[in-house]
Amino acid sequence: MLAFIVRRLIQSVLVMLAVALVGFALFTYVGDPINNMVGQDTSIEDRERLREDLGLNDPFPVQFFRFVVNAAQADFGISYRHGRPVEDLLVERAPATLELSFAAGLFALFVGVPMGIYTALNRRSWLSKVFLTVSLIGVSLPTFLIGILLILVFSVWLGWLPSFGRGETVQFGWWSTGFLTWDGLTALIMPAITLGLFQMTLIMRLVRAEMLEVLRTDYIKFARARGLSARAVNFGHALKNTLVPVITITGLQLGSVIAFAIITETVFQWPGMGLLFIQAIEFVDIPVMAAYLVLVAFLFVLINLIVDLLYFAVDPRLRVGGGGGQGL
Amino acid sequence: MSDPLLSVRDLRVDFPTRRGVLTAVDGVSFDIHPGEILGVVGESGAGKSQTGAAVIGLLEPPGRIAAGDIHLEGQRIDRLSQEQLRKVRGRKIGAVFQDPLTSLNPLYTIGRQLTETIRTHLPLSEAEARDRAVQVLGEVGIPSPADRLDAYPHQFSGGMRQRVVIALALCVNPRLIIADEPTTALDVSIQAQITALLKRLCREHGTAVMLITHDMGVIAETADRVAVLYGGRLAEVGPVDDVVNRPLHPYTEGLMACIPTTHERPPRLAQIEGSMPSLTAMPPGCAFHPRCPHAFDRCAAERPPLFDHPPSAAACWLWAPEGARATERAAS
Ligand SMILES: Nc1ncnc2c1ncn2[C@@H]1O[C@H](COP(=O)(O)OP(=O)(O)O)[C@@H](O)[C@H]1O
Ligand code: SF4
Ligand SMILES: [Mg+2]
Repeated sequence: MLAFIVRRLIQSVLVMLAVALVGFALFTYVGDPINNMVGQDTSIEDRERLREDLGLNDPFPVQFFRFVVNAAQADFGISYRHGRPVEDLLVERAPATLELSFAAGLFALFVGVPMGIYTALNRRSWLSKVFLTVSLIGVSLPTFLIGILLILVFSVWLGWLPSFGRGETVQFGWWSTGFLTWDGLTALIMPAITLGLFQMTLIMRLVRAEMLEVLRTDYIKFARARGLSARAVNFGHALKNTLVPVITITGLQLGSVIAFAIITETVFQWPGMGLLFIQAIEFVDIPVMAAYLVLVAFLFVLINLIVDLLYFAVDPRLRVGGGGGQGL
Repeated sequence: MSDPLLSVRDLRVDFPTRRGVLTAVDGVSFDIHPGEILGVVGESGAGKSQTGAAVIGLLEPPGRIAAGDIHLEGQRIDRLSQEQLRKVRGRKIGAVFQDPLTSLNPLYTIGRQLTETIRTHLPLSEAEARDRAVQVLGEVGIPSPADRLDAYPHQFSGGMRQRVVIALALCVNPRLIIADEPTTALDVSIQAQITALLKRLCREHGTAVMLITHDMGVIAETADRVAVLYGGRLAEVGPVDDVVNRPLHPYTEGLMACIPTTHERPPRLAQIEGSMPSLTAMPPGCAFHPRCPHAFDRCAAERPPLFDHPPSAAACWLWAPEGARATERAAS
């Protein structure tokens, strides 16, 4: 177990270094950071001095090393556009994105899993067919279109839900939450559904496929042969085995939910990191772009690691190294 | 003789498919008496497993019982609802399947799988159920059963897992156990032990067994009576000694020709020339006639019913009471 964790940690570090390299390459090769910082009238000498001061003339490995060390301390430099430390901007925007992703994840999980179970257990029912058809539409419509359609129906026509922004938030130290006000919650509904819809259909189909697979196994047949109730067989034996692989995929999906939040945040003008990133692209605000890239990669890697550990907790075959077998 | 525990009459199992209806089991009848071990033999695809699945009500859709009836202790069980059947399964009829490696849920301890089965059928507390689980595990020969209760299936070897499976089948003392090739997936060196264990336990508890196998050697050693299936039909049924030593049906005769005489690796079924017809190409008349050395005109034209020839019965025209050939054959 320990060896496994150590191995996964080393892998994680390697992945992060690779991403850092990409982020750093952005810095170095896209545009000239000096041009972005100083005005038109700065002299060549001043520019050179600044370049020297910032260490931009140092050899590549030295610069990269400095970038990694700074990044590891959450120091990504100053935003060209906002003139403030990038990490401050991210910390300010993070709660919005994380809350949105969390709500989208919950929506995907708590709607997708029951729908998957239902469609697996009632394969022939018309409701299953409706679910599957609707989910197909959900997968094939682009996110922004779904968002715009929702806004059209629920904000423009019905006027039930706000069409943009986070609504009223409550501040807890540096964390601002929209979970505690009615306004904040209603503002969350449409963005969360928009962001979570794709994952929901994915989870539904995954749960359905896994469950059908599990229902065909010998141990389910044997559980039935032992006279266990349908409930015990379906929800005790089958569901637990279904959820083992589902945990992995769902966990990994949470990473992509955070990444995909960019589009949803743009559609709903949601003040999160994704919107910050889109605006950074418009202004070629390299420090923000690099930081966002590294941060999203970090979240991916972190979630991956947690999922692997969860897997360990659920599946006893991984937990115990197979020992204890007693031959005859 | 006592009333039969299980009575199967003219059982037919159909699989409706796109290419038409496949009849996997066709007009099979047999009885199992309390405490008796009935061996069911036949080549792969002969319909053994489907017969067992029909009895326990676990045919996989689209498979269904298309005709016939099944009685357990005088009660008809082939028309029960799923909920009523559930109370028969496990409680009155236990099952042991072929592969012990896949029969147990890998995510639950064997103790949990035992206690849930026990508590489904008996009004016991969790602690009482655990006591019973320990006792049953001891009976099937798991060393220090109390310590092994919280072990997961993967922590046992194949042979030990099949013992656990047997414990699960026996834990609430059913009247009948359907064992579908219980040793086929096991190492040859363990097969005899497991068969002997099953036989001993069922004798001790007075449990009847429907022992499905394609291994005539196992049948000869274990069963009281034998039913021989061919192409989804019953070829012959009778006491083991008669079927093995004085087979009536030409197919059984072919099977017996390759029963092991030494204790080397038990041979698989008969090397009778040709192979069993597939369900889609079942010949008219007697299903065995294309391979039968004794076939005559009637065999290809008319399907033989089961002719009584006490203590056995065979579905073969040679044993028709009025058949001249039968007397001829019996005399030779
Ligand atoms: N799901 C199914 N669909 C169609 N035919 C099936 C299905 N399952 C089993 N059968 C047919 O039933 C026949 C009997 O199978 P089975 O009882 O498993 O034989 P065995 O004697 O080897 O246990 C086989 O010929 C097989 O083709
Ligand atoms: S009925 Fe005819 S073909 Fe069939 S087993 Fe008897 S003799 Fe052979
Ligand atoms: Mg079989």
